[in-house]
Amino acid sequence: MKKLYTNREALLCALIIIMALSVGAFADDFLSVGNLLSVYNDTSMLIILALGQMLVIITRCIDLSVAANLALTGMVIAMLNSSYPDFPVPLLVLLGAGLGLCMGMINGLLVWKLSIPAIVVTLGTMSIYRGVIFLLSDGAWVNAHEMSATFMQIPRATFIGIALLSWASLITIAVFYYFTRYARTGREIYAAGNSPTAAFYTGIDVGRSQFIAFSLSGLLAGLCGYLWVSRYAVAYVDVASGFELQVISACVIGGISIMGGVGTVTGCVLGAIFIGVINNALPVIGVSPFWQMAISGAVIVLAVIASSRAEQKSGRIILKQTMLATSK
Amino acid sequence: MMFKKLLATSAIALAMLSSGAVQAADIKIGLVVKALGIGFFEAANEGAQEAAKELGGVKVIYTGPTSTTAEGQIEVISALIAQKVDAIAVSANDTDALVPILKKAQQRGIKVISWDSGVAKAGRQMHLNPSSNSLIGEMNIRLAADALKAGNFASGDIAILSATPTSTNQNIWIDEMKKVLPNFSQLNLVTTVYGDDLADKSYREALALFKTYPNLKVIVAPTTVGILAAAQAVKDQGLIGKVYVTGLGLPSELAGHVDSGAVHSFAIWNPIDLGYAATMIAYNLVKGEGSETKISMGRLGDAMLDENGEAAMSEPFIYDASNVHKFADIF
Repeated sequence: MKKLYTNREALLCALIIIMALSVGAFADDFLSVGNLLSVYNDTSMLIILALGQMLVIITRCIDLSVAANLALTGMVIAMLNSSYPDFPVPLLVLLGAGLGLCMGMINGLLVWKLSIPAIVVTLGTMSIYRGVIFLLSDGAWVNAHEMSATFMQIPRATFIGIALLSWASLITIAVFYYFTRYARTGREIYAAGNSPTAAFYTGIDVGRSQFIAFSLSGLLAGLCGYLWVSRYAVAYVDVASGFELQVISACVIGGISIMGGVGTVTGCVLGAIFIGVINNALPVIGVSPFWQMAISGAVIVLAVIASSRAEQKSGRIILKQTMLATSK
Repeated sequence: MMFKKLLATSAIALAMLSSGAVQAADIKIGLVVKALGIGFFEAANEGAQEAAKELGGVKVIYTGPTSTTAEGQIEVISALIAQKVDAIAVSANDTDALVPILKKAQQRGIKVISWDSGVAKAGRQMHLNPSSNSLIGEMNIRLAADALKAGNFASGDIAILSATPTSTNQNIWIDEMKKVLPNFSQLNLVTTVYGDDLADKSYREALALFKTYPNLKVIVAPTTVGILAAAQAVKDQGLIGKVYVTGLGLPSELAGHVDSGAVHSFAIWNPIDLGYAATMIAYNLVKGEGSETKISMGRLGDAMLDENGEAAMSEPFIYDASNVHKFADIF
């Protein structure tokens, strides 16, 4: 079973490379180091959010409120920055992450303590968070000239030739790799999603695992709130509208099972990069906008078919093994 | 009903006769806005007061609900009817909901026009649009030519960055742009791309444009999200002075990009002119001047009415470094 998934990741990796190469044939500088770095930089926020979403999906939940959370923290931070330009930006980033964490915890608590289905909870909080942005801002925009220079500069600054925005995603990947493989809480999240009943009997609090997953997803959304507003130099009610669907798509393409319990950081990152490459490649090769939507959609459906078939097979194999074991 | 109408018209005729003789008889015009406290409408009021001063003997009553609801506007209009104003100029929160109360106003002999945001034909005598599709299209291309001149380029490629491919007004404007394009031989339209009015997608499309069309000089974005994202992309890629962004946007949103040089100039309606024109038209209707097809708007020339009683005020107003900060405080 493990082999199957590593194969799947290798397949996805190959697919991304083939795609990049064929785009490179159309537009030669697509494969230049500078452009590849810029594509990665552009995909950074998708990667960060997809990693948070991955944890939530692994616990058999879903977080539809990530984009709204991002937009609300982004607006709060942008408004604070425009009113108090001297307030240190690193503190502002921490504040954003904290605010995102709180919103994630609200989702988590509702799912954990009130046992409301996650799709309902986050569908509700998604609208609430967007509504709060409107109440805060009165529909007004915060624009480039109202933000301080440091506020705008931080994600654009480079360290060893790589933008800090990219570093943010690289660090998140490293932390998540460790967390999902070696940290006890991380393993509990997998156990809780794989088989909640079994997890319960081994003493794992499934609700608590879900709460932690939602909290981390919220934390990352809060962080991205700052990154997004700073990168695109504008904050308004509809910021990142519909972005939650791209985040979920990245997870699904990366082989995170919607049924819970299955998924790796590598797969998730590759899924996000796959979408990132499509997003950046299609405009370059001049595909019609209607085809762009259809292509993205087709890829998602294919990914779901691939993972559902993979799961079917694994189920049968396990059954055979247990049958063999009992008959012996 | 007939009798009332007759009475009302004769009352106005009488008022018109007397106003010629007695200077003191003020004409009262109610300027009803979507909601009070919105910079755009405060600016329109400034224009309306300017028109009142120019005309003399005119009092503009600037009013509106505290939130953008049709119910609130109905209350405000009822109050204006009770005050026996001579004309009402309204920017409506709802096309149909205001029709009954405005009909009532008309029955009392009050001249009713809508401006900015229209009322259904039954509820008003005419509607004043800030601009027309063909004027907007032409303006966008002219802005592109101006940007080319600002960069000292003899000629160059331009690209359009729109909202969604299915957005009706965007598509009409783009068609209008293409119609006037042959008159500008220095502009070579290479492509139209769609940012879906999403900041991230518009930004990405702009980056792709730089890559695909090295000779690109101007991006025309007739949408506020698109123009902002493209301007930011130009700035981030260090292309200021090499690629210019122009189109339709709000001064408060674009002031920073005009300062940075990513945007040379852009356009949107001028709210001051709009308030001025609405007041002028209301005044002329009360005076019985103008015809079914033509009404004067003072310094802005004549408004030409189409078969639906709609007219376009003027081409969009151009904003650049010289005036953007003054208007940035307004809207």
